[in-house]
Amino acid sequence: MILLVSLEPWWQKFKLMAKLKTLEDYRDEIKHCVKCGGCRAHCPAFGAERHEGRVARGKIALADALLDGEVDLEEQFLVDMSQCLLCGSCYSQCPNKVQTEEIVAATRREIARRKGLSSFGFGVATVLKHPKLMNLLAKSGGKLSRLLFKKIPESSGLHLRFPAPFISADRTLPPVTAKPLRERFPEVIPGKEGAPTVLFFTGCGINYMYPESGEALIKALKFLGVTILIPQEQACCGLPAVSAGATDTVERLASINLEMFSKHRYDTIVTACASCHSGLRQIYPGMIGGEGEYQKKIKDIFVYLVEQGLPEKLAQLPKAEKRIKVTYHDPCHLRNHGITKEPRAILKALPQVDFVELPGAGSCCGLGGTYSVYHYDTSKKIGAKKAALIEETGATLVATDCPGCIMQLQDSINHSGGNQRALHILDLLAEALP
Amino acid sequence: MLDKTIINGLEQIVGKEHVLTDKASLICYSYDATQRKFLPAAVVHPGTTQEISRIMALATRHHIPIYPRGAGSGFSGGSLPTQSDGIVLGLTRLNRILEIDEENLVATVEPGVVTEDFQKAVEKVGLFYPPDPASLKMSTLGGNVAECAGGPRCVKYGVTKDYIIGLEIVTPTGDIITTGGPTMKGVVGYDLTKLICGSEGTLAVITKIIIKLLPLPEAKKTMLVLFDSIDGAAQAVSNIIRGKIIPATLEFMDGRTIDCVREATNLQVPQAARALLIIEVDGDREFLDKQAQKIAAIIKPLGVVETRIAETPEESEALWQIRRSVSASLRRVNPDKFNEDICVPRSKVPEMIRKIDKISDKYGIPIVNFGHAGDGNIHVNIMIDSKIPGEQEKADGAIADVFAGALELGGTMSGEHGVGIMKAPFVGMELGTAAIDYMKTIKKALDPNNILNPGKIFPSDV
Repeated sequence: MILLVSLEPWWQKFKLMAKLKTLEDYRDEIKHCVKCGGCRAHCPAFGAERHEGRVARGKIALADALLDGEVDLEEQFLVDMSQCLLCGSCYSQCPNKVQTEEIVAATRREIARRKGLSSFGFGVATVLKHPKLMNLLAKSGGKLSRLLFKKIPESSGLHLRFPAPFISADRTLPPVTAKPLRERFPEVIPGKEGAPTVLFFTGCGINYMYPESGEALIKALKFLGVTILIPQEQACCGLPAVSAGATDTVERLASINLEMFSKHRYDTIVTACASCHSGLRQIYPGMIGGEGEYQKKIKDIFVYLVEQGLPEKLAQLPKAEKRIKVTYHDPCHLRNHGITKEPRAILKALPQVDFVELPGAGSCCGLGGTYSVYHYDTSKKIGAKKAALIEETGATLVATDCPGCIMQLQDSINHSGGNQRALHILDLLAEALP
Repeated sequence: MLDKTIINGLEQIVGKEHVLTDKASLICYSYDATQRKFLPAAVVHPGTTQEISRIMALATRHHIPIYPRGAGSGFSGGSLPTQSDGIVLGLTRLNRILEIDEENLVATVEPGVVTEDFQKAVEKVGLFYPPDPASLKMSTLGGNVAECAGGPRCVKYGVTKDYIIGLEIVTPTGDIITTGGPTMKGVVGYDLTKLICGSEGTLAVITKIIIKLLPLPEAKKTMLVLFDSIDGAAQAVSNIIRGKIIPATLEFMDGRTIDCVREATNLQVPQAARALLIIEVDGDREFLDKQAQKIAAIIKPLGVVETRIAETPEESEALWQIRRSVSASLRRVNPDKFNEDICVPRSKVPEMIRKIDKISDKYGIPIVNFGHAGDGNIHVNIMIDSKIPGEQEKADGAIADVFAGALELGGTMSGEHGVGIMKAPFVGMELGTAAIDYMKTIKKALDPNNILNPGKIFPSDV
């Protein structure tokens, strides 16, 4: 079974600009965990499975033991290391602010380094232990996935998120678009004379699966009159590859994007995907050679729109008579960066929306990059909790700011028999804009 | 290494998937919040009282140490499997709230229920379980009972054992017995419930807990008061209580703690503030404003630098956030922390703080104090960098001096964390030989093979 993509030939020629840290580099960080166990209250994987190996504290103890040569890469070690959504819930609540996400990602890279990428298959072992599930996946998954992915270049992280034989037959997936977003627009859309330039980092989810949300973003930027730059050479941010422990892929993708960021002239970089935002803001600066001026320019689209005074402009629009009840899910990768107010500010200002707060809005949806592929059962358990909370609000729509979350939320709602729809805030914004 | 027949026996009792013997899993159950590490021979997660009974019988037959474990969040090493042939008995599968009886204000739970989950469940029906250890978001009620956990609210409401009226336990030899029951009174036989509370898992495995509940107070009001000296803050505590007001919480932070938090979080606190109290009163809404005003009047002459009274839940939350940020901000002082929890009569708090300052100077290591001023329970944080040669020895000396100081003032070396292995070497300072022998006699009688959590509490073998 081939889980990992081979890299496209032209990448091989690409000069590496950024390198990831190794597990050894995290030795001090690992010691900062004082084993208080606070993470047990916040880890979604632990909440679903309740095994100490699932929780941040356990993983850090395992990473520590690996560094000390106390433990080998035995099966349970691999399963435990695969059981992390890299959602950062533990970090956000950790009294000592231990970077568990980074330690887990570095441990996965270490596994891949020692055992080779093809056998990295964290938790693939888990799948293999369930022959029935395996058969199901093999029968329906391959076909589905081939259809889904024939249009997506192999460099995209989507391949890591949904490797062909492992996609469960009962998973709800959005159709892949016939024409990706970046093919629908020229590289530069000029704005008003002297207006600032905004670079749109589309990400794979929006480019291939939710291009309408990308169109909505472009509509919003046009409304502001800025010049829009959509570099054609942009690559996947690399976050799924981080989740998979694929060091080379991350480094190459980051290098392509870093080159792009240094080549173009722009004032702001916007993302409309929490994962991309986190990939650019968290992974890149953590890499050796990943820092740069571009870092200061990266903004989530709603942070940017709020800065540009869009809520005030929206407030001037007449309120719709018939409004829809909408709630909001905080993607982990925005919540961790403290971005919770801005998406709500836009939602609340929309004339057709009645906003209602979601209890536990910041709890992880359960997707977690490659996590839900290998641990679909656990992922569904986490998602079911979320779906129940959404049901509780009485909302018709659950809006968010991350294509991955949208996909997972819709899948969870469908499994729980709810009839809400998950969508991007941008989709609602586009409806409201003239 | 355990004999294969024993592993097979365990697997027959609880099912193969609930017996872990691989290295990775053993590592994951080798530690608690003390950061000490002991690898067990196996980890077993039973699902019923009967399974636990059979495990204890098996352990008795083969003389295998059994180490009960809840969330593993203790500060004393109480759950650590200190013998390499020991079995960790993980109790987190027993996590059901069996009953919340609103007529009798009594609940029955299994030991693996997380404290906060239980509090939320009873609060939903207007009831209240007050004990609130800092670990309540992850700690289990079984662990709370075994250690007799405390918390900020204990100044008004008492500690865990004050709410436990009955238990179902499995004895070290495998018998299942109940102690106490769901009645508010009961004096038939010895009070085994109280004996088990705080016995640190050395006398029995707790399998069910019967808990007394209170009506949920209607509202609470939080205030933060800054003082120019620790004496002012301590005097304030005494005067408030002498004024016939028992706040739900009376938390204090000393000057060094305030400095740490100020540096770490940009906390806006004047330099003149050398001590701080967070006072929370609860009860009927209409009385709270009056009580807050009364407290403000009582403490006014005691060197108050500033008083902030929260008017909204958000403002209250912001005040508590200051207290919660202490732990993380201490890391800036030094990487390694020894967190002791001495308790002295509350009038002796200023004297104790002065003693600790002297100890800090004597050893030349920072000691930061905060905690539950209302009941004299001080969290003494001895901060060192253990990588520097000699620092560990200094910390050991300082810890012994702090304990001696607390005992001189009529206090105790542990208010709420328990002895476990961390304080076992010091127990003789507090308990006389005769008292230790008395306790050991009980332990020997109930656990003749010394297989239930051996090596805890007592300075030498039972």
